[in-house]
Amino acid sequence: MKRTLLSGNEAVALGAYGAGVRVAAAYPGTPSTEILEELSAHPDVYCEWSPNEKVALEVGIGACLGGARSLVAMKHVGLNVAADPWMTLPYIGVNAGLVLVVADDPGMHSSQNEQDSRYYARMARVPLLEPADSQEAYEMVGMALDLSERYDTPVLLRIETRISHSRTVVEYREERRQVDLPYEKDPVKRVMIPGHARLRHPVVVDRLEGLEREAESFPFNQGELRSSRVGIVTSGVCYQYAREAFPEASILKLAFIYPLPEKTIREFASHFHRLYVVEEMEPYLEEGLKALGLDVVGKARIPRVGELNPTLVGESLAELIEMDTGIRGGGWTPPSAHAGISPEAELPSRPPVMCPGCPHRGLFYALSRCKAVVSSDIGCYTLSVLPPLEGIDCQVCMGASVGMALGLERAFSTSNTNAEKAGKVVGVLGDSTFIHGGITGLIDMVYNRTVSTIIILDNRTTAMTGFQDHPGTGKTIMGEETHALDLVELCRAVGVESVRVIDPWDLEESEKVIREEIGSGHTSVIISRRACVLLERRGGVCYRVDEEECTGCKRCLRLGCPAVVMRGEVAVVDEDLCVGCSMCAQVCRPGAIKEVGDAD
Amino acid sequence: MVLTGVGGQGNVLSARVLAETALSMGYDVKTSEVHGMAQRGGSVICMVRWSEKVHSPLIPSGKAHFLLAFELLEGLRSLKYLSGEGTAIVNNYRMDPLPVLRGDAVYPENALESIRSCAARTVELNARELAASAGNTRAAGSCLLGALSLFLEFPVGAWEEAISRYVPPKAREVNLKAFALGRKSGPGAS
Repeated sequence: MKRTLLSGNEAVALGAYGAGVRVAAAYPGTPSTEILEELSAHPDVYCEWSPNEKVALEVGIGACLGGARSLVAMKHVGLNVAADPWMTLPYIGVNAGLVLVVADDPGMHSSQNEQDSRYYARMARVPLLEPADSQEAYEMVGMALDLSERYDTPVLLRIETRISHSRTVVEYREERRQVDLPYEKDPVKRVMIPGHARLRHPVVVDRLEGLEREAESFPFNQGELRSSRVGIVTSGVCYQYAREAFPEASILKLAFIYPLPEKTIREFASHFHRLYVVEEMEPYLEEGLKALGLDVVGKARIPRVGELNPTLVGESLAELIEMDTGIRGGGWTPPSAHAGISPEAELPSRPPVMCPGCPHRGLFYALSRCKAVVSSDIGCYTLSVLPPLEGIDCQVCMGASVGMALGLERAFSTSNTNAEKAGKVVGVLGDSTFIHGGITGLIDMVYNRTVSTIIILDNRTTAMTGFQDHPGTGKTIMGEETHALDLVELCRAVGVESVRVIDPWDLEESEKVIREEIGSGHTSVIISRRACVLLERRGGVCYRVDEEECTGCKRCLRLGCPAVVMRGEVAVVDEDLCVGCSMCAQVCRPGAIKEVGDAD
Repeated sequence: MVLTGVGGQGNVLSARVLAETALSMGYDVKTSEVHGMAQRGGSVICMVRWSEKVHSPLIPSGKAHFLLAFELLEGLRSLKYLSGEGTAIVNNYRMDPLPVLRGDAVYPENALESIRSCAARTVELNARELAASAGNTRAAGSCLLGALSLFLEFPVGAWEEAISRYVPPKAREVNLKAFALGRKSGPGAS
């Protein structure tokens, strides 16, 4: 056994490698991204960035049917994309094991919603495991794959931000299992025409009986009896919070949470008048316990929105537990208050911003001058919703900006109230998200003859999640050179009449092209192409303000570049931050911002 | 131990170095990091805990022994985690967030004083300048770790080994130098 410090994502990858996973697929998404990145360091595992999560799962399904253990990873909202294969996969079953690792994001550190993936296990009737630290994440991947093979079902392993991105100590074995199962044709089991599916649905339901027995004997379900008066039921990282907040409480930590281990829960519950359930987001465990007829308090006290932490768990339950048991503060010690501390709410916030030189800034600056209605989707460029650019009207999920642009245009063009907005709708999305979910919308747009402009922000990478390759970059996750999808040709093949490429650092030209295309009266695509500045910095130049010439008009501040600030009455460029994109110099009317050699 | 700063300052890497140093001393260690959108110039908080046994990767309010602030406002924002008996190690560096740059908000002028008034001990460094003299302003995190190292029982060799192992090779020498400079200019400052 070796001992090391691993993030939950690294532990999942290491567990998968040891358990003999041969095929792994994912689409990047915080907080799940590093799982595939770590796994791809092993040349004996086929890893891929799939175009989207649905394809990733389908690759996993094919691989497990073909006899290879497979792992598929995604963030919570990715499972929505993959939900179609996910719901029927339990019918056809697996051959070699398949584990789907889904990473939830309570508190929405880097997500558009706070959905609770545990319901996807219940809905599909698939066993659900949830680790409480990296050690458990490491062990549970292998256990999930064993379970998958024994019960002929996919298994859902649910982690979340504080598991994915917390490092904890892991003791691991240096071994790799070899799993290579024979492929046999079995269409009644694997081809879900209605006649076959009717035969398979009962199998999905009957499987649960055996899985319930597994849940009862699952080694990571741990009942810890300490206090005879305070009993807490929890799972995942919330176990750590509860343990910290109420060190004397008895705790049932559940790790196999669908189906729930009824006997284990009842046995624990028999020691207490009432149970307190500590879980993030939805009352998933609470509902399960209430269905057993137990006296349970959960979401009546614990917040249903946002992320928990030890302090919040303590604050939420202390008063109630004290009332129920007479134990002072329920055993929780509140923090001592600091004197004179500025309340957090009064401090200026520090929202994330687009980097100096970010090509998205140029595009959105040009676009904001064209007075369009803009639908957008998920990427760094979504930050342009914030002042000063304020360049986005609506955004919901990856790829959606195209379909939404179509709908907006149809609403405006059939409206009396909003008629003047017709023909002025622009959908904006990234290169990676266009491939992920935008291309079908574009086909719709051309097919149904809609007048709108789609702008693809082609920065040659999947930037926000940390620079992953995608089908447009010409490279795979394994580092191999491959065909680079040609976005211009693709859009033309779809039937878009006008496809134009612009450099978003050229503000005047960008604005001119956007205006022309918005007014063109047909479906058009503009590809705004420049590599992410974090990938390719422009060396050798930066910009400086000539204080004599600066009139203090603050026009340069409209770009929202963190390198350009006001010092007194004049603008100043922070030369440490400046990458020499020249955009501030382009917008400066008196021409006070000038190119100079790099400060280095 | 709370490390706080602005995305891009190297906060996550410093947390990693500290955690690996603690691990090498045989402790149970847990960390919490920030990835994704929040890294784009936003507030970043990392936590590192070590002990015989650690439960939560997140530190309860008022329970941190050390606050390592890479930037003043961010130090102030995370002050609630610091215990009344705790030590604040502060990079005396101000980085205006966008709402301040735009004039929509005011940068708190008394940030350092507020931190001083809440911490039992405050060490103030110009880590950015120290790092610049070591060769690169981006090594400021290692200066702060150097100042921190005087309060911890970990041997210098363990720190240096963790820096050598987890800092990318081309920045290794600069960070080792920055660590040594931080160590030299540590306590005694206040």
